Amino acid sequence: MAYVVERPKLSFAEKLYFPSILKGLKITLGHIIRLMRGRTKVTMQYPEEKWDASLPAHYRGAPTLVTDEVGRERCVACQLCEFICPPRAITITPEQIPTEDKWAKVEKRPREFKIDMIRCIYCGMCEEVCPEQAIYLRKDYAITGTTREEMVHDKKRLYELGGVREGLVNKWNELK
Amino acid sequence: MPQPLFYLFVAVMLGFGAAVVLLRNPVSSALSLVVSFAGLAALYVSLNAYFAGVLQVLVYAGAVMVLFLFIIMLMDIREEQRRKINKVAVVGGAALVVGFVVQLGGVLAGYEAGRKPLDRVPLQLAEAAEARRAVGNVSPGITADLERGTLPDTKLVGEALFTRYHLQLQMVGVLLLVATVGVIVISRREDRVVSGSGE
Amino acid sequence: MDWFLVLSSLIKISGFTFLVILPMVALCSLAERKVSAYIQDRVGPNRVGVPMTIFGAKKDFPLFGLIQPLADGLKFILKEDLTPKHVRKFYFWLAPVLTMVPALLTCAVIPFGSYLNIGGREVKMVIADLNVGPLFTFAIASLGVYGIVLAGWASNSKYPFLGGVRSSSQMISYEIALGLSVVPVLMVFQELNLGMIVEEQDRNGWLLLPLWGEGLSWQRWALLLPMGISFVVFTIAMFAETNRMPFDLPECETELVAGYHTEYSSMKFAMFFLGEYAAMIIGSGLIVTLFLGGWSIPFLPTAELAKTTWWMGLLHMGCFLTKVAAFIFFFMWVRWTLPRFRFDQLMRLGWVFFFELALANVFLTALILMIVKR
Ligand code: SF4
Ligand code: SF4
Repeated sequence: MAYVVERPKLSFAEKLYFPSILKGLKITLGHIIRLMRGRTKVTMQYPEEKWDASLPAHYRGAPTLVTDEVGRERCVACQLCEFICPPRAITITPEQIPTEDKWAKVEKRPREFKIDMIRCIYCGMCEEVCPEQAIYLRKDYAITGTTREEMVHDKKRLYELGGVREGLVNKWNELK
Repeated sequence: MPQPLFYLFVAVMLGFGAAVVLLRNPVSSALSLVVSFAGLAALYVSLNAYFAGVLQVLVYAGAVMVLFLFIIMLMDIREEQRRKINKVAVVGGAALVVGFVVQLGGVLAGYEAGRKPLDRVPLQLAEAAEARRAVGNVSPGITADLERGTLPDTKLVGEALFTRYHLQLQMVGVLLLVATVGVIVISRREDRVVSGSGE
Repeated sequence: MDWFLVLSSLIKISGFTFLVILPMVALCSLAERKVSAYIQDRVGPNRVGVPMTIFGAKKDFPLFGLIQPLADGLKFILKEDLTPKHVRKFYFWLAPVLTMVPALLTCAVIPFGSYLNIGGREVKMVIADLNVGPLFTFAIASLGVYGIVLAGWASNSKYPFLGGVRSSSQMISYEIALGLSVVPVLMVFQELNLGMIVEEQDRNGWLLLPLWGEGLSWQRWALLLPMGISFVVFTIAMFAETNRMPFDLPECETELVAGYHTEYSSMKFAMFFLGEYAAMIIGSGLIVTLFLGGWSIPFLPTAELAKTTWWMGLLHMGCFLTKVAAFIFFFMWVRWTLPRFRFDQLMRLGWVFFFELALANVFLTALILMIVKR
């Protein structure tokens, strides 16, 4: 059905604009006053106030490597994460575990494990793809550096950030 | 006014006046004219004629020339081409200028009151105020200003315009009004297009 | 030559322009951002302070971001100053100067204080005590349009050009309303000297607040209506003249990129920016002087006292600056409240509404004056 929208008839006061202008001014002044009196919620003042305490459990921060409860590095250098990583932030140099080592049956471990944090997009693909549950996204988000080299996390740094993660995969456990 | 200032402003006025003719970019010419006007305004001010000086800037530099500039820009007039100099015109023009200067010199030489330097003729403000009081003190504002020792040039111009030259002022006003109406009538396009149907 | 006069004038010129107007311009840019932030429920710049950590201290002094203008200025200076190949060089360089200079020149006739008693001599706190005050400001302000027009034309590209054309037509149109709306005021004061106008208001009540002295008479109250109309028209025309928000068509971002200063960068852009703020400050100063009693303190006629004591003059200056600051706040408040006009609406408003209103107001004032005075 055709429907004709009636043009609204403006009264004299409305045609003058001034009443509505004054109304608008009143509203904006209200905003100023409310903000000055601290009644308005404003943006968090970041470096002073942080939301670390209220980060959700699924927060995706910096990807890190973890060791298990006995101090073994979990990563077996399968390089799955390197290949899935969309921006190719991960570079792994695998090596063989020497036969005299306690964990020789694991066969492979990363000699070097680098994640370029300038490239990383915090997508969490690496965490998802890892068969060993060795790589995890932690809650660190303020990753800064003054040079490009500093922004590349090496193995040492990754384990530092990651720490120990217990449970989950036990397939290399002696008792099993 | 100190002599050097006078010569400075005269130089500005004449120099930029010449630039109006000599420069080939129309925008440059128009702006030179503005500067020339400013020099003229400064000369007016130096003669204590603040009102005339300000009006010179307000009306000519501020309004008329802006419109000129506007038109020049909108029509996008290009730089003039260098033309062959017409010898007859140049000679004729020069003769005209010489004739005018000679005439001006003749008139000024015969102007006795002009021989006295201006700074030796003090403004007799108090006397003027007394004289005004004697004839009935028509506009007390002017008298008060005179007694305070300032020259109320704006008020004097206003008084002259609206009392002595009232009729002439009105006539000029009507003339301008007629001209304006005429322009509007002429420039109005025939309203053949029915509104809403587009061109 | 009177050395005292020369010296005091020099001090007044340099003091008022460089120590009052220019810092105020800088602070205005901060205030604008703060006001806009507060209206939009944000915090605004609150970081830049004294960087004490550079000198090895533990903490910076944030100072509520008061140093922000300095940081902005530094940013402008450090930015690359680009002159596009296709511009007309000379005018491209001239235009920013032509917007800044008239804005600063107009402050010459605005009385920013009453008298200051220096060593027994009373010095009038105005740079040039002219008898043509308002006319002078209009004359110089009307030159400000050259800067914008030239910027638009010299940039030699379409958006700046449209901006320049718009601004000149807008300025010319609203100059008429501006000039006509001030006529009734001058009719009431019978005076063109801004200093005298303020002294009159000091004695007999502000034009819009006749509550003491002779202002309490019914004649002044009868004049309140035309004066109110004058005030409204003058203020709105002033908004248009300074290209402030509801009338900022010469540089409206949504249509013209950045209007007449699209091609400008670095310090040259900053000149436009500063010129606009300077014009706004002077405009506020003029409105305060004409309608809101300039430097006078409400209910206390104190002009005579300022001639003999030194502190009264300073108090008057403070009073003037406070009023101007309040009016600048009003400018900003309006900017962040109202949307922009369409260009035809703007022209209609100027020519059909304000022009007629101001003209009718002149006759209304004359009529009331005739009835009241006889
Ligand atoms: S989070 Fe995504 S981008 Fe970052 S390293 Fe893992 S897979 Fe690559
Ligand atoms: S982190 Fe996981 S996916 Fe990546 S190489 Fe090591 S074991 Fe394989």
